[in-house]
Amino acid sequence: MLPFLARRVGQTIPTLLFVSVLIFGLQQLMPGDPALILAGEERGDPLVLAQIRAELNLDKPIVVQYGIWLWGVVQGDLGFSWRIREPIAGVIAQKLPVTLQLGLMAFVIALVIGIPLGIISAIRKDTPVDWGANAVGLAGLSLPNFWLGIMMILFFSVHLGWLPPSGYVPLTEDWRQSLATTIMPAFVLGSGIAAVFMRHMRSAMLQAMGQDYVRTARAKGLAEKVVILKHALRNALVPVVTLGALELGTLLSGAVLTEQVFTIPGFGKLIVDAVFNRDYPVVQGVVLVTAALYILLNLVADVLYVLINPRLRHA
Amino acid sequence: MPDGAVITATAAPARGESPARRAWRRLLRHRVAMAGLVVVLLFFAIAIAAPLIAPYDPTRTNWAAIRKPPSAAFWFGTDENGRDILSRVIWGARASLLAGVISVAIALAAGVPIGLTAGFLGGRVDALISRFTDAMLACPFLILAIALAAFLGPSLENAMIAIGISATPIFIRLARGATMAAKVEDYVEAARGLGNPRWRVAVRHILPNIVPPLLVQATLAIASAIIAEASLSFLGLGQQPPAPSWGSMLNTAQRFMEQAPWMAIFPGLSIFVVVLAFNLVGDGLRDALDPRQR
Repeated sequence: MLPFLARRVGQTIPTLLFVSVLIFGLQQLMPGDPALILAGEERGDPLVLAQIRAELNLDKPIVVQYGIWLWGVVQGDLGFSWRIREPIAGVIAQKLPVTLQLGLMAFVIALVIGIPLGIISAIRKDTPVDWGANAVGLAGLSLPNFWLGIMMILFFSVHLGWLPPSGYVPLTEDWRQSLATTIMPAFVLGSGIAAVFMRHMRSAMLQAMGQDYVRTARAKGLAEKVVILKHALRNALVPVVTLGALELGTLLSGAVLTEQVFTIPGFGKLIVDAVFNRDYPVVQGVVLVTAALYILLNLVADVLYVLINPRLRHA
Repeated sequence: MPDGAVITATAAPARGESPARRAWRRLLRHRVAMAGLVVVLLFFAIAIAAPLIAPYDPTRTNWAAIRKPPSAAFWFGTDENGRDILSRVIWGARASLLAGVISVAIALAAGVPIGLTAGFLGGRVDALISRFTDAMLACPFLILAIALAAFLGPSLENAMIAIGISATPIFIRLARGATMAAKVEDYVEAARGLGNPRWRVAVRHILPNIVPPLLVQATLAIASAIIAEASLSFLGLGQQPPAPSWGSMLNTAQRFMEQAPWMAIFPGLSIFVVVLAFNLVGDGLRDALDPRQR
C-alpha cells in the first residue's frame, strides 16, 4: 500500500505544477493593464502606475513573476484581493465551509436518490420501471440546475410559501433555519449528480449480475434478495464509490450557479462576484483551490479503490 | 451471453454493407434517439428560420405590453420591457445552437490533433500532453469556462471560445486513448509495413477509425456546451443584452418571479428540451456504433 501511495502522490506533483502554469497563464489573457485597473482615478499618474507595477512585480520578466507567485502559493499566500484588499486565502477559507455544507447535503441527496434508482433499474431491466428510472436519470442530466432552482423557488417559496427563497443561516447559528435555507439548493445541486450515480449504478449492477459468482450464488439456491444485496451490490458498489468521490468536483462547479440563484454567500458566489468586480486574483485563487481540491479527491478516490478492492491491495 | 447473441443476430450485416451504413440502420431503429434527432432538427430549423417565423422583433420594446401573461397575441407572454417572449425564445435558439456547435467544433479541432499526436507518438510527447490534459481536467469545466470568459471579456464569441477550450481536454484524452487502441491493430501494422509515412498512417488509417467514439462524445458535448452557454449568459458572461439568449432571459426573469413567472418558464423549458434531445441522440449513437456498451 505504501509504495502505491508514494507513487500516486508523486504523480500529482507534475499535475499540480501544470495547473499552476495554466492558472498563472489566465492572467496573460486579461485585456488591458492590471495597473490601470488598480490605479482607478489616478491612472493618469505614471508614478502611481510604476509603483503599482513594482508592488505586483509586473515590471519583472514573466518567468520571474511566475516564480514569485508560485513561491507564495506554496506557502499558502494566494495574493490579495484587489477589491477588498484582504488576503485571498482568508477570504476563500471564510466561504469554503458554506459550500462544503451545501455540497455534502447535495451529495447525500444524490446518493439517496441515485443508488436505489440504479439498483431497481438494473434488477428490472427492460421493464417500465427501468424505462422510468432511465427517463428520470436523463432528465436529471439535461435539466440546467439554475433553471430547476428558479422553478423550485417559484413553487415552494412564491406559490406555497414553505421555504425561504434565498439567503443563508450558518449551521452553528440555528440548525433548523440553516437546513431550511439550504435544502432547496442542495436538492438542485444533488439532482444532476443523482442522475450520474443512477446511470453508473445501473451499469455496474448489470455487469455484476452477469458474473459467474452471481450465477453460482443463484445455483446454490440463495434467495434472490440475498443474491442481489450480498453478492451483486457489494461488488457493483466498488466503482460507484470511487466515481462518487470524483463527482464532488462537479459539485463545486454546480455550486457557482446554485449559489447565485439562491444568494448563498459561498465559494461559487465568490468567483462570480470577483468576475464582476474585475477582481482577477480572486478568480485565479478560486480556480486554483478548486483544482487542488479536485486533484486531492482524485487521489482519495484512487486510494479508496485500492482499499475496497482486496485484489488490488497487494498489487 | 444471451444479450450478445441477440445483438449479433439483429445486427447481422448485409453483404458488403459499410460499418457506417450499418450503424445508421441501427440508429434508425432506435426510436427514442430518432425522436431526439427530430427535436434537434426542429430546433435547427427554428434557429435558421427565426426571421421568418418570429411573430415580433425580439428586441422591440412595447411600453403598452409590459409583463403581459401568455395570450392569443403573445403566446409566451411578454417581458419587463414589453418584448415578445416567444420571439425571443425563437431567436435565442440561434445563440444556444451556435454556441453548442461552434464550441464543440473548437474543442474537436484542437483536441483531436493533439490527442492523435500523443497517442500515436507516445513517449515524452505523450507524457507532456497527458500531464497538461490532466491539469486542465482538474479545473471543473464550468469554473474554467467562467474564469476564461472573465479574462477574455463578456461576449457570446468569447463564451464560445471559453467553452471550447474547457471542453478540449476531454477530446484530447478520448482521441489519445482511441489512437493507442487502434495503432496496435493489424490494419495499422499493414499500412506501416507498406511503407506509408507516419503522418499518413495517422491521418488516413487511424483517424477514420477513431471517429465513432468522437462522434458520440461530440453529440453529448453539444448538450453540455448549450447548458454552459446558458449558464455563462445567465451570469452575464455570454450573449449581451438586448440580444436574446435563453440564459440571459432567465437572469432577468429571476427578478420578476412573483409578478411574471412565465418569463422564467419558457426559456428554461427550451434549454431542457434541446439538451435532452441532444443527450438522447448521443445515447442512441453510442448504442448504434458500439452495441457492446448497452
